[in-house]
Amino acid sequence: MHEILATASGALGYVFPNDLHVHWSLMIVLYPYITGIVAGAFIVSSLYHVFHIKALKPLAKFSLLFAFAFLACATLPLMMHLGQPGRAMSMFLTPNPSSAMAGFGYIYTAYAFVLALEIFFIYRVHLVKRRQETTGWQHAMYTVFSMASDNLSERSLKLDRKIISFLAAIGIPMACVLHGYVGFIFGGVKANPLWATPLMPVIFLLSACVSGIAGIIVAYFLLRKIAGKSIDMDCVRTSIKFLWGFFIVDFTFEMLEIFSHGYMATAHWHTLHELLWGPLFNSYWVWQVMILSVIPFLLLGYVSIRKVSDSLLRIIAPVASVMILLQVLLMRWNVVIGGQLMSKSQRGSVDFQPHWFEKEGIFLSMVIMVLPIIILYVMGKVFPFWHDDNQSEV
Amino acid sequence: MEEITKIKKEIDLDRRGFIKKVLSGAIGGSLLLVMPATAREIAEQIPGMKEQTDLFIADKKFAFVVDITGCIGCGSCCIADKNEYQVPDGHYRTWVERYIIDDHDEVYVDSPNGGLDGYTEPRDDIKNPIRDTFFAPKLCNMCENPSCVQVCPVGATFRTEDGFILVDDKRCVGCSYCVQACPYSVRFINPVKHTAEKCTWCYHRVRQGMLPACVNVCPVHARKFGDLNDKSSEVYKLLHEPHVISVLKPDMGNKPSLHYLGLRREVI
Repeated sequence: MHEILATASGALGYVFPNDLHVHWSLMIVLYPYITGIVAGAFIVSSLYHVFHIKALKPLAKFSLLFAFAFLACATLPLMMHLGQPGRAMSMFLTPNPSSAMAGFGYIYTAYAFVLALEIFFIYRVHLVKRRQETTGWQHAMYTVFSMASDNLSERSLKLDRKIISFLAAIGIPMACVLHGYVGFIFGGVKANPLWATPLMPVIFLLSACVSGIAGIIVAYFLLRKIAGKSIDMDCVRTSIKFLWGFFIVDFTFEMLEIFSHGYMATAHWHTLHELLWGPLFNSYWVWQVMILSVIPFLLLGYVSIRKVSDSLLRIIAPVASVMILLQVLLMRWNVVIGGQLMSKSQRGSVDFQPHWFEKEGIFLSMVIMVLPIIILYVMGKVFPFWHDDNQSEV
Repeated sequence: MEEITKIKKEIDLDRRGFIKKVLSGAIGGSLLLVMPATAREIAEQIPGMKEQTDLFIADKKFAFVVDITGCIGCGSCCIADKNEYQVPDGHYRTWVERYIIDDHDEVYVDSPNGGLDGYTEPRDDIKNPIRDTFFAPKLCNMCENPSCVQVCPVGATFRTEDGFILVDDKRCVGCSYCVQACPYSVRFINPVKHTAEKCTWCYHRVRQGMLPACVNVCPVHARKFGDLNDKSSEVYKLLHEPHVISVLKPDMGNKPSLHYLGLRREVI
C-alpha cells in the first residue's frame, strides 16, 4: 500500500531512481497548517489580553479554545505519517539533540501546557460557579476542571488576572517559536533548494498568524450564525484590519523570497524556475498567488481603508478569510509537496496526485481537519465561547 | 560374440559404478546438511581485518573510489547489491547512471530500473552526433558531515567510530527526514519494514575482511574500496597521486568519503 500511495505519478527529465517517491505527502501538508492555525489563533487572544485591543474582546476566549482544539489534533497527521508510529515516543524520550524534528515534542508540550493553563485561569470563575450549581457527574467534572478550588475572593481574582496576562505574554513568543520552528524543519534542509532559505521560518510564522486570524473570523461568523446571535461588527472590522496587516507582511515576504532567488539566479534558481513554471505553475502562480492572494489582498485592503457598510463587510469578511485559509493551505502544499517534486538530480521533476482512500489520503485529511471542529463543539459544552453567554467575566 | 558380451559386462559395471557413486554422493551430501558446519575460512580481501577484535575497526579509514572512466554499465554491482540485501523493487541502494553528451553539448542522463538490467540497448532519441558517453555508479557517500545523521530525530541513523553511516531499523521511526536531507538521494523507506534504508558499503562484509559486494563483482574494477591509512592500498595511492578525482556536490559541505576518479562536471 505504502509504495503506491507515496509514489509520484509521473516523471519529467532525469529523476534519481529513489526520487520517484514523494515521502512527505498530505499529512505533512496538514501538520504545519494545523500548527499554524494554533499559533495564529493564540495571537488573536493575545492581542486582547496583552496588547489590550478592546475591540477583540468577543474573540479573546473563543480563540484560545479554537487554538486548543486544533492543537489537540496537531500530532495526528504526524502519527499517520510515521512508518513506525509505535516508536514515536522515542523522539521525546531519547531525542537526537542535533535534529530539528526532535524538538517538536518539547515545544508542543510546553505550548499545550501554557494554553491549557490560560484557558483554566480565564474560565476559573465560570468553572467554580458551575461546580456550585451542579450536582452528580457534572459536579464531579467541574470539580476536576476547577481543580477543586472555590476561591473567588477579590484577591484571588486579581491574581488570576495577573497570571492570565503573564501566560498570554509568554504565550506569544512560544507561539512564534512553535511555528517558526515548524518552518525551520523545512528551512534547515540544505539539500532542497526550495526549502533551504532562512526566510522559511519567517514565512511560516507570518502565514500562521494569517491563517489563525482568518480561521477565527470564519468560525466566528459561522458559529454566531448557527447560534442565532448577533455579530459584533466592530470586532470584525478590527480583526479584518489585523488580518490585512499580517497578510501584507506575509505576502510581501513570500514574493520577496522568490524575487531574491530569481534576482541572485544561482545554480539553484534554474531548478526552482523549472519547478515554479512547470509542475507547480497552476497551484502556485494561478491559485496561491493570483487567485487566493491578490484577490483577498485587494478585498481586505478595500474594507480596511474604505468605510464600508456592515452588510457588505458581512459578505467580504468571511469570503476573504476563507480565501486566505485556502491560500495558506496551498502555500503548505506548494512548499511541502512542491519541494519534493524536484529531483536532487537537478535534471527532472515528478508529478504527485494524492489519492482519496490511503493511509495519507484526502479522505483522512478531511477527517483530521473536521476533528478539531468536533473537539471545539464538545469543549463549548463546558467552556462557553462568547462573553455574552451566561457566565461571569474575568 | 565374445566381444559383445565383454562390452555388455563393461557397461553393466559402469552402470553399477555410476549408481554407487550417485548414492554415496547423495548420502555424503545430505550428511553435510545435517552435520554442524565449522566456520568457513574466508580469504581476507582487506588486509589486517582478521586481527580486528574490538567493536569498532581500529586504525583504519575506509574510502570508496568509483572510476567513471572504467565503468561499462553492465549492472553487475546493482544485481550483487539487490541479492545481498533483498532490496525491494523500485528502491535502490546503488544504481548506475548513463550519460550521453552530443556535439551540441546536450546532456542525456538515464538510469532505467537503476541500471539493474545493464545497458544493453543504445538510446534512440539522440538526434545529434554523440561526442561522449560514460557511466556513473552511485551509492552512499558516507559523508564526514552527514545530513542524515544530523536530522534523524531518534539517532537511528548514526556514524560509527570507524566512519560508516548506518541505520538501526529497530529504532528508526520512519519519518523520512533523512530521505529529505540526503543531498544524494541514496535513501528510501523500505516498503516492507517502513524504516529508512541505504547502502552501508557492506559493513557486515567489511567486518569479516571481505570487500563490499558490488566491489567484489565489478568485472572491470571500476569500484574500489580500501583503507586510507594503508599506504600500499590502491585507494590511498589514487587519492595521493595526481589524479583527476573529486566528490559529488562538494558545495553541500558534507565531505563525502566516496570519491570519483575522472569525475565529469555533468555528474550531479
